[in-house]
Amino acid sequence: MQDDDNVKDKGSGLSRRTFLKASGISLSVPLVMGYRVIKVSGAEVKLYGPGKVPLTLSINGKSYNAQVEPRVTLLEALRNELDITGAKRVCDRGTCGACTMIVDGKAVYSCSTLAIEAQGKSITTVEGLMQGDNLHPVQQAFIDNDAQQCGFCTPGFVVACKAFLDKNPNPTAEQIKKGLGGNTCRCGTYMGVRAAVAQAAQKGGRRNG
Amino acid sequence: MAEYKWPDADKRTFIGKRISRIDGPQKVSGRAKYSFDINRPGMLFGKIVRSPYAHAKVKSIDTSAAERMPGVKALHVVSDVGTEVFWAGASVVAVAAVDEPTAEDAMRAIKVEYEVLPHLVIDTDVKNAGEYAKPANENKVGDPDKGFSEAEVTMEGNYGLPVITHCCLEPHGSVMEWDDNNVLAHLSTQAVSGSVAQIARPLEIPATNVRVQQDHIGGGFGSKFGPDEWDITAARLSKKAGGKPVKMFNERDAELMVAGARPSAYAHVKIGLKKDGTITAWESQSWATGGQGSGGSPPLPYVFNIPNQRKQHTALSNNIGSARAWRAPAHPQGCAITMTALEDAAAAIGMDPYDFFMKNIELTGQRANIYADELKIGADLIEWKKNWHARGDKTAGPIKRGLGLSIHTWAGGGHASDCDLTIQPDGSVELKMGTQDLGTGTRTALNIIVADTLGLPMNAVKITIGDSRFPASGGSGGSTTIGGISASSRRASLDALDQIFAKAAPSLDAKPEELEAVGGAIRVKGNPSKSLSWTQACSKLAATPITVRGKNPGPGKLTDQGVGGAQMADVSVDIETGIVRINKIVAVQDCGLIIDLKTAESQVYGALAMGISQALWEERIYDEASGKLLNADMEFYGLTGIGDIGELVVHVMTGVYDARGVIGLADPPAISPGPAISNAVFNAIGVRVPTLPLTPEKVIAALAVKKRGRA
Repeated sequence: MQDDDNVKDKGSGLSRRTFLKASGISLSVPLVMGYRVIKVSGAEVKLYGPGKVPLTLSINGKSYNAQVEPRVTLLEALRNELDITGAKRVCDRGTCGACTMIVDGKAVYSCSTLAIEAQGKSITTVEGLMQGDNLHPVQQAFIDNDAQQCGFCTPGFVVACKAFLDKNPNPTAEQIKKGLGGNTCRCGTYMGVRAAVAQAAQKGGRRNG
Repeated sequence: MAEYKWPDADKRTFIGKRISRIDGPQKVSGRAKYSFDINRPGMLFGKIVRSPYAHAKVKSIDTSAAERMPGVKALHVVSDVGTEVFWAGASVVAVAAVDEPTAEDAMRAIKVEYEVLPHLVIDTDVKNAGEYAKPANENKVGDPDKGFSEAEVTMEGNYGLPVITHCCLEPHGSVMEWDDNNVLAHLSTQAVSGSVAQIARPLEIPATNVRVQQDHIGGGFGSKFGPDEWDITAARLSKKAGGKPVKMFNERDAELMVAGARPSAYAHVKIGLKKDGTITAWESQSWATGGQGSGGSPPLPYVFNIPNQRKQHTALSNNIGSARAWRAPAHPQGCAITMTALEDAAAAIGMDPYDFFMKNIELTGQRANIYADELKIGADLIEWKKNWHARGDKTAGPIKRGLGLSIHTWAGGGHASDCDLTIQPDGSVELKMGTQDLGTGTRTALNIIVADTLGLPMNAVKITIGDSRFPASGGSGGSTTIGGISASSRRASLDALDQIFAKAAPSLDAKPEELEAVGGAIRVKGNPSKSLSWTQACSKLAATPITVRGKNPGPGKLTDQGVGGAQMADVSVDIETGIVRINKIVAVQDCGLIIDLKTAESQVYGALAMGISQALWEERIYDEASGKLLNADMEFYGLTGIGDIGELVVHVMTGVYDARGVIGLADPPAISPGPAISNAVFNAIGVRVPTLPLTPEKVIAALAVKKRGRA
């Protein structure tokens, strides 16, 4: 532990260093753009850090730059570095869905995705669903059916519903129950969410892309 | 002089209708800012080193390595050397750093040594709890010996429910900003106004120097009144860091360990009854814990005031994160023990529990008629008489189906509430109140009341809450908010309207008392052609806006307290796996005047969903050997998902009791789900699963007992 702490004094990355030492992988390529390229079992792998690395993320159609350590999650990069706070950190372990974002068309738990892994991908958050002043049909359906109380799970739930409807434009009640099982609401708004998804499906939840 | 009452049903424009919550667009778009979302310039991130032991004394603390780390800006020792800590997760040292990774590294660099002391973390074995158990004296009502001697049948059983945790999705915490002996607190709280003094006192600054702000809160359920020790710590760190704001929110594991415990309750119950269903006596030996503060004694027997009683309760103080209020404190425990025992008593004489409850309904006292009405409505909605069968579903196959019921009560009432209603000469209207919207629809209710009273559209009224600089309003607990805030805002609106009437009357050639506010106009009653638009009327104020203070309590009967409710559950149990599935739950809830039917129903739906997870999964699971909470995460601390709730049917008895005024609905429907579901499982499988939650393991164990009993 003491060794770990001494390395961490400088910023971060010690566990990776320890790992490399233990597994005998050789560092071969010099530092380029915040990462090095190493060979692992014959394949080239990007190695970031230690310390902060420059990061470029494409979020809701806009490009953002930040400096974060490689261990920072996509969720934390948005919330802490870019002040994009719609997605919430709740379980922090890929269970509750409050942090759901759409990355390259797929709903992901951003608490369990590293920010550096999301580079070069198209990231959509709840903030990106509105078109101008117009709510996305899923958002409107959440309001109409009171599918929210405290609203803390709502951004993740709305994004999950949008991604779900993109893949299942006409879901059955059973598909809704299974397809949205990855999001947790503590206030218990599930009856409203079910009704909201059904309404958004009828109105074309895919409409805004 | 205004008459302080609610408008008659035919005069209500928005009150009682289904109105969508006004902050819905902010919430669905991610624009709603919770305290957890606040980012301030130069903000530091706070983290806490916590005790890994359930009971220990701090022997030494070495922060020197952390202090030398670049990016670490402040440290604060919460539990100094020699301090005893009483539960795992207790705060020992706090650190503030420029970002979260640095703060985490600093935590790991802090060395704390402990002298480990003996602990107790489980609560199921009160007989061997030694000095942790504090038995109270026996309590007698009537003549229990006579009551039991009159009984033709006695039923005895063990019942209970464990400690559970609130698991608010927004963790407890704050962003604290120290500025020259002033503190700006972005706190996640159920009590914006009430937190000010509690922040000022430990920091030894005048309460006038503290401001609490909160636009939205991500769940509280009773666990977020006032600041916590870690919020005060965040303020101290901010001071030490030269006034840089410090964001300090619990990590999820800490949130489950230290920021919410609903006390457990267990009881051995004996009920004496006659074969016709008459209950003659009650006896209970109960115990409960909520950590160091034990947790109080649940109301036993619940709702049914059985004539002869003998009761003894033992308070168990153990080493878990301490108790906090939870929707309807003590009632879910009293309800679960009583309603399951009563169902078992009905089973002992082979009686349908619906008939048994009806037979004894007079024991519920003044609300007997309401309960009887509710049970009838519930029975219709769930088709009780068609679907109920004698205990143990005798149909073939492993899936057994059953019905169960429960009734409950809660007081509610309206808390103290002040507000300022301002009407500008241009006709714009704003209400300011130091209250908070927990997702219950407080903002929306205020908007409905002011708009309805002034005869304006909803969007002509601005509602501004969540700041301690506004007139103080009570903490949101015990279903007292809607009563308080609806009464004060109604009074303010009526008083303000009186002033507008007085200004407008001369232009309309009428007396102020002859005027009414309808559809955006001030007009003469019975003569709609004599009218001014709202804007014209307000222009009579000339240059000076009016501001009216509305108060609760105050004149007129606008609120009441005391409701009853009935719930019925329909479940299926797989006797091969022990898995319980909810088919349907019906909630019939008595209430007073409803302000917003849409959000009122949401309260009940939510209470049922929450009740289902308490009935089936929720439990803080402790390891006695290590003293640790084993499921301090959301993977193994089970909460309901969208596929787990079956079909929920809510029947709010709106319109029936409007004359009583407004009564809160947050607590009552959260009481009955556990026992209703437990009774339904009993009806399905023919054997009692004694304690909640009704996990597959416990269902299988109960079935095994049943099988052995027969053999």
